[in-house]
Amino acid sequence: MQQEHDKTTIRGNEKLDPHLWVSKYADYLYSYAILRIEDVDLARDLVQETFLAALERSAKFEGRSSEKTWLTSILKNKIIDVYRQKSSAFAKDTDIIKAEQEQNDFFDHENGHWNHEHRPKEFGIEQADALENKEFQQILRACMKKLPKLWLAVFTMKHMDDESTAYICSELRVSSSNFWVIIHRAKVNLRSCLQKNWLQN
Amino acid sequence: MKNFEKEELKKISYNCRKATFLIEKKQIARITLQEEAELKIHVAGCSICATFMKQSILLNKMIHNLFNRNHAELKLDTKFKKKLQQQIEDHVNDD
Repeated sequence: MQQEHDKTTIRGNEKLDPHLWVSKYADYLYSYAILRIEDVDLARDLVQETFLAALERSAKFEGRSSEKTWLTSILKNKIIDVYRQKSSAFAKDTDIIKAEQEQNDFFDHENGHWNHEHRPKEFGIEQADALENKEFQQILRACMKKLPKLWLAVFTMKHMDDESTAYICSELRVSSSNFWVIIHRAKVNLRSCLQKNWLQN
Repeated sequence: MKNFEKEELKKISYNCRKATFLIEKKQIARITLQEEAELKIHVAGCSICATFMKQSILLNKMIHNLFNRNHAELKLDTKFKKKLQQQIEDHVNDD
């Protein structure tokens, strides 16, 4: 009984208004999903599922976070489910094997030095300009899309969402040492793809 | 012993695979003092990894910005939105 009472006193003032969800949040949620999974159809499905799940559990909304934050957290959990489905931590996926093979040539097997053709070269664009350059961003996204699913998941949860390493490891079921290997490999791969496609232009 | 240390140092200062690993780790977590020293020596002598480091930091910034800057540009089509709206209305009216 005491607990019930406490719950009502900490209930916030935020309210849900499902009639406005589509106009207020559909594009936002869609963008949130697509940058993290790079799949148009799946992103649409997830937005739909998020609204439906939110309606189902609207009674549980306690009004302590904004409607937008609450909907985003539902979507976020759905995205993590997708990551898990797409990347089994037990069997090595073919996309990972392929990416690893590609990267085998990057460094010399003996001394770990960059092999000539894979050496990082200057992008020829100032940092501030790169941050604003639409074409550069588009190539970056195309390169992210090519990463193995598990790598993209680890990478975006860390660099886009600033999630803690422990949280990412437990949600995606990767060991801490594997986490660092993925973080390293994903970046080396992404940078290389960007160099290849940006300098070609 | 001295020779051994020199050899080790040489190995470290030439190992770009390890240096790039430390560059990535350092941007997220603490690396040990020893690793810090190894990395410093390496990057001071390896312009390629210095370039990698600069670009890696840039990429992290870009990825961080990607969502916040771009989200206004990505839109669902109107037809799909209408369908979503209808679904929500149906659901709310059922309750």
